[in-house]
Amino acid sequence: MSIRVGKAAKAPAFPIAAHKALENNQLRANVRRATTTIRNKRALRVEEMPDWESLRSAGAAIKQHTLAHLDHYLEEFVRNCERAGGKVHWARDADEANSIAINLIRTYTPKDSTAPVEVIKVKTMTSDEIQMNHALEREGIVPIETDLADMIVQLGKDEPSHIVVPALHKNRTEIRDIFRASMAQPELTDQPEDLTAAARKYLRERFLRTKIAVSGANFAIADTGSVCVVESEGNGRMCLTLPEVLITLVGIEKVIPSFGDLEVFLQTLPRSATGERMNPYNSLWTGVTPGDGPQHFHVILLDNGRTKLLEDEMERETLQCIRCAACLNACPVYRETGGHAYGSIYSGPIGAILSPQLQSLEHSRSLPYASTLCGACYEVCPVKINIPEVLIHLRGRVVREDQKTLKGKLGVENIAMQAAATIFRSERRYEASQRLARIGQLAFERKGLLTNLPGMAGGWTATRDLKPIPSHSFRDWWKSRNNTTWSPKSNMSQGGAN
Amino acid sequence: MTAREEILARIQGALHVRASDPANGHGKIERTYTRTTSMNEHETIELFIDRLVDYDTEVIQVASDSEIAGAVAQSMTKAQETALLAPAGFPQEWLPTSIAITLDENLSHVTLDAEKTVITTCEAAVASTGTIFLVHGGTQGRRVITLLPDHHICIVRRSQVYSVLPEALAAVTANATKPITTISGPSATSDIEMVRIRGVHGPRSLTVILVS
Ligand code: SF4
Repeated sequence: MSIRVGKAAKAPAFPIAAHKALENNQLRANVRRATTTIRNKRALRVEEMPDWESLRSAGAAIKQHTLAHLDHYLEEFVRNCERAGGKVHWARDADEANSIAINLIRTYTPKDSTAPVEVIKVKTMTSDEIQMNHALEREGIVPIETDLADMIVQLGKDEPSHIVVPALHKNRTEIRDIFRASMAQPELTDQPEDLTAAARKYLRERFLRTKIAVSGANFAIADTGSVCVVESEGNGRMCLTLPEVLITLVGIEKVIPSFGDLEVFLQTLPRSATGERMNPYNSLWTGVTPGDGPQHFHVILLDNGRTKLLEDEMERETLQCIRCAACLNACPVYRETGGHAYGSIYSGPIGAILSPQLQSLEHSRSLPYASTLCGACYEVCPVKINIPEVLIHLRGRVVREDQKTLKGKLGVENIAMQAAATIFRSERRYEASQRLARIGQLAFERKGLLTNLPGMAGGWTATRDLKPIPSHSFRDWWKSRNNTTWSPKSNMSQGGAN
Repeated sequence: MTAREEILARIQGALHVRASDPANGHGKIERTYTRTTSMNEHETIELFIDRLVDYDTEVIQVASDSEIAGAVAQSMTKAQETALLAPAGFPQEWLPTSIAITLDENLSHVTLDAEKTVITTCEAAVASTGTIFLVHGGTQGRRVITLLPDHHICIVRRSQVYSVLPEALAAVTANATKPITTISGPSATSDIEMVRIRGVHGPRSLTVILVS
């Protein structure tokens, strides 16, 4: 089994990568501007919906219901899709999905063709997750990304840093330089209009000549067997309409029970993702339609670690995600570091819970800590995933797994935490330790603040000042107060008087 | 075990506590969001026009079918366009006689790519989001014909405009397995510094002829 999430296995830990990102002022400015713009637009479009909370609850309920019957709905989807002329393949992991795609591409390529085989692709995070482009390139197949941002990332030999706007870390001059270098257009200006026009021209001929497309899917609809792709630029429609062969890669959690359920997600997704009332285009199709669009349609249903998340109800919540990226835009950590620091194509709060779980905490162990647990992600999530709760749960798992190893057991942190637990369990030990700390801290106190603690605590005080433990604690005061008995009533009247 | 069997077995193994009948559970999902509104036709149309304009869509209102051809000519003259593509079997009386018409009889992609303007009807529309539903085929055309040309002119009847998305979706459910495209304004991107640019790969302009 090879469960992979992009290149996460090789990525450095979050604190190390984040440090590097924080030194890049250009990147931080770009990320901040982009996330602020989307956040504001989102807030505007959500505010005008009096039934927003009901839509969120319904979205969460539909997803929870689907996941609780995932086998049933997947089989229903397969039946209906195949009845309409589609062909469904199942892939246990990244390698299996890639080899299915490669075999299909080979099958549909004329045997005598000598030119390199090209495929056009429309924005699919799932294909980044399984690193499909690398797999295709190894086989001599040329993947052409057609979403403007994906194209910027691909031509710039970069990695996506956001799940909806993958190139948001680049500004217009950086993009102009990438386009100048790869499109043979030395005169190109950095005006967004010109850059967009250049992309249109560059891709139009490729859309017209390419016979095979690979897409992702936002929703796979069980009761009709249809697939839905949500997009803005029209590159999706091009890829879904013009080629002769269409291969659609779908994570198994993308299935929804019925066509009618779109009434929830097509309202919450665009508003959450780009702050639009509706994105310019949604495409829905079912199998093959004679005389309209690709006449060969294949779906690859991908597991790649997803089934493991079903077992635990809290982890299962992660699979409700509709990839709107609202949690990224809202996250105070993401807004400072951008996406690359997460070392996974899934970044931000959702990345911090998704990547480590898909790979069973083998990699991305630092990601559950890449959060302040402020809760902004949960508040904006259109399917109500309680990300902070899942993060805490995962931190617990990381610690428990660490404790199983000798290195973890003898680690400073573990010993400190165990000691803390012993202290907190006993009133006497707790008070004694407070008295000790009060004496110990004297050596580090500067102008009434602790600014430079030794050892592990130094990591904390390197960027923050700490108030020293006061000479008189609440517990001391409580003991020494004048035996006045407390009652809820007297307390309330006091509160009122103040 | 095949991949299918194995994935299904993993799912069944993971879902140790099985909930009851799926259809029953799905029916019980609480849907307290707005599924119909009490907006009257006038309010709905006002809202629809407001949303269309917000997306840079040109709106021409006509009182009857007999004025459609004139509105088409008006929009094309303004855009300095001289040839019009229409789905095969499109009603002749809606097409201006002053303009060269090409009917899509399975035209090749290259031929279609040279077309500048296309006209179709639609299946339904949503006022609150400014969205038009095309259920492809017939006078709504194959998917490709409203994709390659630069300018899409769409005829929308006032009676086809619903106030909210759930109503419009319900209206197209009977045709759910045909190819469907929803269109909300011209194609656009905000990928470069979040500046909204109109017209990327799909049509750069959209005209709605709203017929009473
Ligand atoms: S976790 Fe929620 S907010 Fe974040 S991308 Fe997924 S659906 Fe959107």
